Amino acid sequence: MIASVVRWLDDRLHLEGLIAPLSHKTVPTHRLTYWYFFGGITLFLFVVQVLTGILLLLYYRPGANEAFESVQYIMTRVQFGWLIRSIHSWSANLMIFTAFVHMFSVAFLKAYRKPRELTWVTGMLLLFLVMGFGFSGYLLPWNTLAFFATKVGTEIAGQVPIIGRPIMIFLRGGEEVTGATLTRFFGFHVAVLPGIVTVLIAIHLFFVQRQGMSVPPQVDAEWTANPSARKEMKFFPNFALRELMAWYVAVGTLGVLAALFPWELGVKADPFISAPAGIKPEWYFLFMFQTLKLIPSKVWFIDGEVLGILGCTLAGLFWVMLPFFEKDKTGLIVTASARSSQIRTLTGGLSVFALAYVVGMTIYGFLAK
Amino acid sequence: MAFLRNNQRRLFAVRSVLLAGLFVLVGSLCYGQAANSCLDCHSAMSGDLGVTQEKFSQDIHAQKGLTCTSCHGGDASSYDPTQAMSRKAGWKGKIDRKQIPALCGSCHSNPTLMKTFNPSLRTDQLDQYHTSIHGKRLASGDAKVAVCVDCHSVHDIRPPRDPRSTVNPVNVAKTCSRCHSDAAYMKQYGIPTDQFANYSTSVHHDALAVRGDLSAPTCTTCHGNHGATPPGVDKVQNVCANCHVFQAQMYAKSTHSKVFQDKGLPGCVVCHSNHGIHRPSDVMLGTGQGGVCMRCHTVGDHCDRARANILSDLNRLDTAVTQADTALRVAESAGMEVSEARLNQDQARDALTKARVTIHSFQTTLVEQDIQAGMKIAVANRKAGEDAMVERNYRRLGLGVCLIAIGVMLVGLWLYITKLES
Repeated sequence: MIASVVRWLDDRLHLEGLIAPLSHKTVPTHRLTYWYFFGGITLFLFVVQVLTGILLLLYYRPGANEAFESVQYIMTRVQFGWLIRSIHSWSANLMIFTAFVHMFSVAFLKAYRKPRELTWVTGMLLLFLVMGFGFSGYLLPWNTLAFFATKVGTEIAGQVPIIGRPIMIFLRGGEEVTGATLTRFFGFHVAVLPGIVTVLIAIHLFFVQRQGMSVPPQVDAEWTANPSARKEMKFFPNFALRELMAWYVAVGTLGVLAALFPWELGVKADPFISAPAGIKPEWYFLFMFQTLKLIPSKVWFIDGEVLGILGCTLAGLFWVMLPFFEKDKTGLIVTASARSSQIRTLTGGLSVFALAYVVGMTIYGFLAK
Repeated sequence: MAFLRNNQRRLFAVRSVLLAGLFVLVGSLCYGQAANSCLDCHSAMSGDLGVTQEKFSQDIHAQKGLTCTSCHGGDASSYDPTQAMSRKAGWKGKIDRKQIPALCGSCHSNPTLMKTFNPSLRTDQLDQYHTSIHGKRLASGDAKVAVCVDCHSVHDIRPPRDPRSTVNPVNVAKTCSRCHSDAAYMKQYGIPTDQFANYSTSVHHDALAVRGDLSAPTCTTCHGNHGATPPGVDKVQNVCANCHVFQAQMYAKSTHSKVFQDKGLPGCVVCHSNHGIHRPSDVMLGTGQGGVCMRCHTVGDHCDRARANILSDLNRLDTAVTQADTALRVAESAGMEVSEARLNQDQARDALTKARVTIHSFQTTLVEQDIQAGMKIAVANRKAGEDAMVERNYRRLGLGVCLIAIGVMLVGLWLYITKLES
């Protein structure tokens, strides 16, 4: 039956030509192959986000007077509404987590090296946008924690010299976090960000498709020394079926989290009450939040918060530009082999430091009062 | 020549401006340093005669521009005591206690004058005072009773809204107690002196002094301040109705109202006492310690049975509300969304409060209506909590089935991959 439908379509659309490159595509097989799955899992979770987001849109009403009540309605009255919302929220967090894992695995396996610099850059942009998804989506239920987290978050953005205040007013839709902010964030969350992310994902996947999977330097060196050790598997169906297994695991994890720990709704936001004590942002912003907290209010003559924001921005930019600091003799910047090796060691050390810093500060942020 | 004329004109103009400035400067300095020989001498004195500049500057009258001579007469500009305190200059000396209300009233009962200082200030204090027990006794020659300065202080009188004022709501009870808790001072009047001690244990004191609720009553709320009792109140025991409106309405229609009136019993005070009013509880309807009904009623009579029914109903609703709370808490801790039921719990609690208010009607049917309304909500909320737990179990069952299906798929895929690659 399926075969006849495929044949029918192939007669008219010549699908064979489209599928042929996939059947020829191969994936290197080595002891670190499992890290390749995280990109696919992130993509899968993004698809889950889109599908559950569309379902939530059927009932969600953006507006300070309706948003909370509409989410409450979804959670209590809509058939399986609780499941859809919980999966949407958990999937968002898992997606950011797997995106981070994917980024660090690429950094440690040095998969960003030439010719994959632009793949790294588009991936980093996607990570920033995914965090933007998290920030904008967090406000949408219009509960107390979300309200004040958004207030604090936009305030931090407002500390950036010169452009900070206009950015804050643009994000908030005014001086304060109000219903206008909610409507604006809703627009970013369901229209602006998905549009940009979809285009960037297409570009990212196009780069991966064109360049193939990167082989880690140490594996590559082993294979060069012993060519018979080189192993590959077909992308379709061998790798794709394994990726499918990973997606099933992701679905199971989402199901467990959604059923055992339904995403809570909280209390409706009241702009006139004071912020709850010890308010913290979502876990993926915690390392930056804790960094800003630790910087003294004044460092020499510079405002501590401004210094922290500038520092985080520069560190982020540096991280995005990481591939361009690591060149070999064939790169644009010709460096001596020894120097190149030193730089490679330095970037490796930087990756370890970045991971340790993000994990350490996140844990510290959780434990800090 | 024209140039010289212009120059002379300019010089003249500059001189004129400088001279005018000098006049203004000297005038300001003279005004700012107006002589007050009273304070210069009295600030060096001790005891009743001692009044420092610092103390007097806190007085609202000083802040409004009044001086010592405004009340005491005399000539404050003279440093010659015979001139400063001469009868010719209108010096009155220490004001006789009996004359104090009239002296204060000479300004405070003059609406035209008071309007220039504070248009919202009352001007009937002296008239009110004359109707009070303090005013009447003073008129009859008893100089021990309170006059204006006993409550408002003297030489450092602050407006009542100032937290440091002796007549600020938070401080009123303490101010009254200075005389009314002094057993020796009050001995000749034959009235109790434990009012402040009792009030300090009351729910009203707790609300006012501990929780800072300025709407909570203090002595003057019930007894009046300058006058006797607040307007519209025939007896002080009926003053409770000013705040506890619903209870008073219920009580007014009850059988107790007429019976208490006939027997000369003081209404609310019979059950709740007066100064030492504690937070009411259902224990008051019981027969044990703290029960009030059985002080008058006989065990087993019609009223005792009604009392027992009301108490039983209240306990029933109280228990239902607690059970609903527990069910909702359990559901919440399991991550279930029950905020709507949680909100409805407020209505159940309101019904319980309303039933406790309706008790003052002493009609079991009316109380029963409130109880039923509350029970309906509390039972529904409890069911919402229990349903949420059933739903949670259903979700877990569904999760189990899904996980099995996913497990089967994973095994199937793995077997297929193995077969494919073998």
